[in-house]
Amino acid sequence: MNASPDSTNSAATALPGSSLEVSGFRVRLTGFQLRLISVIVFFTAWQIAGLIPISPAFPTFTATMASMFEMTFDGTMIAAYIETLKPLALGVGISATFGVAIGVSMGLYKGSRWLFEPIFVVLQASPVAALIPLITYAYGIGLTAKTIAVIILASPIIVLNTYKAVGNASPVLIQMCCSFQGTRLQQIWKVIIPNAAPVIFAGLRLGVAAGFIGVILAELLITPTGIGDIISYNRSIANYPHMYAAVLSIIVFSAVMVGLLEKAEVRYFRPEKKRGN
Amino acid sequence: MEIKGINIPPVFSLLIWIGLWEVVGRMDLAFILPPFTAVISELTVLIVRPDFLAAAWMTFKAFAIGMFFAITGGVFLGFVMGTNKTANSILGMWVNILASAPLSSLVPVLMLLFGLGQLTVIIIVALFSIWIITLDTYAGVLHTQNSLKEMGRSFGASKWQLISKIVFWSALPEILAGIRLGLIRAVKGIVIGQLLLSVVALGRMFRTFSDNFQFTEFWALTLILFVFALLFSTLVGLLEKRVEYYAGTRT
Amino acid sequence: MNQAVHLPLLDEATPADPTSNIVAVRGITKYYGTDVHALENINLDFPTGQMTTLLGPSGCGKTTLLKIVAGLLEATSGEVFVKGKPVTGPGPERAFVFQDFALLPWATVTRNVAFGLELTGAPKKEREDIARSFIDKVGLAGFEEKYPHELSGGMRQRVGLARALAVDADVLLMDEPFSAVDEQNRRKFQEDLLRLLSVENKTVLFVTHSIEEAVYVSDQIVLLSPRPGRIHSIIRPELDRSESPDDIRRDKIYLDTVEEIWGNIRKYLE
Repeated sequence: MNASPDSTNSAATALPGSSLEVSGFRVRLTGFQLRLISVIVFFTAWQIAGLIPISPAFPTFTATMASMFEMTFDGTMIAAYIETLKPLALGVGISATFGVAIGVSMGLYKGSRWLFEPIFVVLQASPVAALIPLITYAYGIGLTAKTIAVIILASPIIVLNTYKAVGNASPVLIQMCCSFQGTRLQQIWKVIIPNAAPVIFAGLRLGVAAGFIGVILAELLITPTGIGDIISYNRSIANYPHMYAAVLSIIVFSAVMVGLLEKAEVRYFRPEKKRGN
Repeated sequence: MEIKGINIPPVFSLLIWIGLWEVVGRMDLAFILPPFTAVISELTVLIVRPDFLAAAWMTFKAFAIGMFFAITGGVFLGFVMGTNKTANSILGMWVNILASAPLSSLVPVLMLLFGLGQLTVIIIVALFSIWIITLDTYAGVLHTQNSLKEMGRSFGASKWQLISKIVFWSALPEILAGIRLGLIRAVKGIVIGQLLLSVVALGRMFRTFSDNFQFTEFWALTLILFVFALLFSTLVGLLEKRVEYYAGTRT
Repeated sequence: MNQAVHLPLLDEATPADPTSNIVAVRGITKYYGTDVHALENINLDFPTGQMTTLLGPSGCGKTTLLKIVAGLLEATSGEVFVKGKPVTGPGPERAFVFQDFALLPWATVTRNVAFGLELTGAPKKEREDIARSFIDKVGLAGFEEKYPHELSGGMRQRVGLARALAVDADVLLMDEPFSAVDEQNRRKFQEDLLRLLSVENKTVLFVTHSIEEAVYVSDQIVLLSPRPGRIHSIIRPELDRSESPDDIRRDKIYLDTVEEIWGNIRKYLE
């Protein structure tokens, strides 16, 4: 921050802001204002690129927003979101339940670690998305297929994060628990799990992000439903504003959702990060 | 795991999973899952087929070019964010959104704008991997010890020397970790991209195999991709280990 | 030359005497793996109601010995008796204060202090009342609902001390409790600790690498030699505890004892 020497106003200097040189004089902007400006600049650039247009398949920002409103108010969007979020919620729920259970067992027991660690490391590092086209042969194009697509993408990261969190439990805290004669069960419930909770939750957040990729991919690739269907259908009939509106909305939607999960993580699991820092 | 006093490394548990795969495959429980042995023998045939080699070469080229742009761009952005507060408050939001956004939904747009060819694949590779590299580089730059920077300044280092001789090396473990994660994401991205494009390289082969119910070939191709993905991330992981010794001594 | 009393070393195993010595260490030897020899044949008695310091250069195994007494580590050979009973693990008659505090970052001060009682299954109301009274005694009244990250190093260790006192153990085991506390707070804390212990009537085993701290707080100082740790000497600084803290720190016995110990330790550093 470049506070000018004469501005000793503590309120101004304490603001988390930045200064920007605009035609000779300095204006101090907060981070929020800067981000807002960057969003406006981005949409303006989009608008101009659409007006030129840089490609026949590139609608203006305003046209895209008009489509977004149209689809929101005629219910298309809401129906599509329900269609997309059902397998996402189901898949992430199943992955979370089993993933956290497997991850915790890996963190606590050697045998479980021996059996599961390599397979989940392989699944995490590999492009398992390649298997999505196969799912449709086994499970058709319904909810099951989409849910499975979410599970195979979301579960490895959930398992591995849980395992890492539980396996790296603070040895000092475990020793502390021992010195007060805590039983093994108390050690797990009162020390290891709460200690691991933030990282487990971060794993769930990453799982949701991976699940979004999985469900959209499944909708684009195998089951023309939900948001993926709006994208591919409007593309095929060259209704580009509609298509772009769907893409924009799903990206914004997932960003907001993942952002909220991050906020919840800090709020409920990391008291040490809540203030300041 | 120990059996009769002999220590068996965890990697061998993969044999159990492969064994399970073989059994399920042989029992014809799921027709989409041929036995592992059949997949392996198909793999040996597939790996020398000229159409596979051509597709693999094309994919690899796209991968390498895309990664090149992702690494240079990501490291650059990370440094900008780590050293400039204004840049950080603007870029931080965009990078974070893009790092966790379902980029698979952007693929159809890229197909429209850049065609169904190699260019789109390259862009997809870069788009999938650049953000995580940026974030990790940024974290590395940010965690550079203040005392190290002050030491450099007290010996009269210029701004450029400070970055190239101190901050870069201090951030290297994080940068490499970012590149490894970026590689993994890029492999996933290239598969997703080619599946959706379905007319180039491996994507076309996947499409052909699944359309013609050639599940053995399909699995063989998948297995090859898995092995490559693991190979890449292991290689960068090894590199990471070589610089980790000093990451460990930092506070 | 000085009035500090040297005790004869305990060479062979003598039976534990639970009446005057609450903790007895007999023939403790500790190896880490096969080649790191941490402790060699340690025989020690810790008198009931007194403060004994384990002092020595880093790597002399003083923390190892303390953790063996706590039952957190197993000795390679030898035995520890607490109140005449051999130690097989942690027990309710001993409470540990950790060097890096070991506070639960997700729990408030109250819950941290009550944690030992929580593990024994004490009802919530009862354990929180006990916790509050000890939070008050260590001088943290008003911080009951704060989280550890909101406290300074010295305050965090006060929480660690309150937690150990709350379980009402006879023996307090303190592992370099002030090493992460800054100098000013450390002095204040040492004084508060002595005042508190004079009321609570505890036996304290205290590990430190600070000679001044050892002489200031202890009834008995056990000087250990470097790896493998052996007992070099046992010193009892006969300080008049009724003097004010400032007078004690200017006392001739205090200063002489510090000098003498430094003379012994410096040999190991050369």
